[in-house]
Amino acid sequence: MSEHPGIPLLEVTDVATGFETARGLVRSVDGVSFSLERGHTIGIVGESGSGKTVLSRSIMGLLPHKGVVRSGSIRFDGTEIGEASPKEMRKFWGDAMAMVFQDPMTSLNPVMKIGRQITEAIHTHLDVTKQFADELAVSLLESVRVPDPERRMGEYPHQLSGGLRQRICIAIALACGPQLLLADEPTTALDVTVQAQVLDVLAQQQRERFMAVILVTHDLGVVAGRADDVLVMYAGQVVEKAPTATLFRHMKMPYTEALLRSIPKLTEPSHTRLAAIPGRPPDLVSPPPGCRFAPRCPYAQDKCREEMPPLVDGDTPGHQFRCWFPVGSTPVSIGPSTGEIA
Amino acid sequence: MPDEPLQQFVGQAVDEGRPVDPGTIEISAVTTGPEVRRLRKKGLGIAGWLSIGWITLVVGLAVLAPVLPLDDPKDVTTAIARRGPFADAGTASGHLLGGDFNGRDMLSRLIWGGRTTLVVATLSVLIGFVLGGLLGLIGGYFRGWVDTVVSLLLDVLLAVPAVILALALVTILRTQPGTTSGGLDPELALILALGVVSIPVLGRITRASTLSWSEREFVTAARAQGAKHRRVIVREVLPNVLPAMYSIALLGIAVAIVAEGTLAILGASVEPDTPTWGNMIAIGRIQLERAPHIVFEPALMIFFTVLALNFLGDAIRALFDVREGAL
Repeated sequence: MSEHPGIPLLEVTDVATGFETARGLVRSVDGVSFSLERGHTIGIVGESGSGKTVLSRSIMGLLPHKGVVRSGSIRFDGTEIGEASPKEMRKFWGDAMAMVFQDPMTSLNPVMKIGRQITEAIHTHLDVTKQFADELAVSLLESVRVPDPERRMGEYPHQLSGGLRQRICIAIALACGPQLLLADEPTTALDVTVQAQVLDVLAQQQRERFMAVILVTHDLGVVAGRADDVLVMYAGQVVEKAPTATLFRHMKMPYTEALLRSIPKLTEPSHTRLAAIPGRPPDLVSPPPGCRFAPRCPYAQDKCREEMPPLVDGDTPGHQFRCWFPVGSTPVSIGPSTGEIA
Repeated sequence: MPDEPLQQFVGQAVDEGRPVDPGTIEISAVTTGPEVRRLRKKGLGIAGWLSIGWITLVVGLAVLAPVLPLDDPKDVTTAIARRGPFADAGTASGHLLGGDFNGRDMLSRLIWGGRTTLVVATLSVLIGFVLGGLLGLIGGYFRGWVDTVVSLLLDVLLAVPAVILALALVTILRTQPGTTSGGLDPELALILALGVVSIPVLGRITRASTLSWSEREFVTAARAQGAKHRRVIVREVLPNVLPAMYSIALLGIAVAIVAEGTLAILGASVEPDTPTWGNMIAIGRIQLERAPHIVFEPALMIFFTVLALNFLGDAIRALFDVREGAL
């Protein structure tokens, strides 16, 4: 793969992905744009159904072709891959871009030994001997801090804990040295105590390999301190995009604020009621004409319900948001939390 | 912990919308829980081991038939014609299970007949296993129009009554076009005919199983690593589908043994002179009243072998049933 230092590794422009259903077209992703530099991390945050998983699979080209309507441009290292067929994508899968899935219980083959699952990935892209692949697999397991890797190589997925399994999945994804790693809710299925460990392994590998990472999560706590930029998605749209520090200190979109408020905080006394966001995301077949968050927004006014707010630039560079009445000048007094506290 | 299965039972009943009768809870809490666990721990169980023993015996005898001190199954000894089992036990020649109505040694015919029957049944199911499995994997994995074609093919095969299809195939394969003889060797014709009949059975189970395994995330994960379709099918999907296929294949062999018997009675098995269990019954039934053992002996062989294969099929399915929850 040729390297073009001048341009970002990944440029996503106005990507829309819809699914044809009996009720009509479900617009799961609706005009999302962002770019990602080499070695950087972008966090994509949103609740269930906000389109973050569909977006990551669109980038990866893993959605079925039938019944899926797509538009927009996805450029990877200067090459347009938005319209690529699975056959063309195979050149990128594994050694240019790789993916870590949400549930390590189902993303490993239950009847194949761990070692074999890693070496399979190696043999797909590299013409190496079996012995070399085995050694490479052991060192991969070491690098994702799997204790006693030689023994683990001969074990089956069900003999491993969830955290270990997810580390194996990361090792498999890293096997062929991808330039871009998509992590789709990599810690959602894990115990809270293990979440931070797995995220640390990811961050360490990213540093060592100068790899770009797309971290998809519903937990703002996970992206705080780990992502360079954060993209907040709601009902298929980007509603706020900013460098992480800016987002946490000067958020403009009431939805971001609501998401942050819904993280439990240790500093509050026990039995404090958790600030949940009332209501449900809109129907993506026929979304409301105005701001899609308006029905659930505490600050919504008539204009919000009638007219869709555009994505506008904020005060600081790189900050964009989609709101008619952005959250005021008073920053919310919540510091970034970490993955351990949840 | 008696509460655990109890909760499961009640939970299940509620899920399925069944009313929960306190009486049933009591019983199932005591019986179903430990029973399921016992099956997992002990593996095959007594019936399973007996089945393995019987099949080993039958297969062993069939394999060793040429070296065993047996009479030629076609040799006629007029003295033992229609003699029942154990009637000549004391004599030097043996004839432990008597003779058929021509005076051929029943024991020898049962063992040699078993050889032919088992070869025919196993090879025909092997044809179904390979071709049906291939069709099922391709249809279940690729879906879309490929699956439509595969399903249509399997449905068409299933729609024709199996016996009639097999009968027609044997007749066609055995004769050359325009004549009443020639064509394929009758044994080969029988294998091919029963093989075609078993294709849709194995094809359907493979397709259904493939459909559900292809949905799993590890299949997507393998594709996202750049694996080609063929490799994903062979390495990721097939190993998970095989247990279901093995289990059905064992049952398939049992069905093929019975089918051979049916075809024999209809005169469409191998040549009447060649012993198979089916042929022996077909010939013996003419003199059922005078010498019932000629029919009952091969019938019992079929009965125990089919029973054992069924037990084993179930045991294998239970053994390989490694759902995530069971681990």
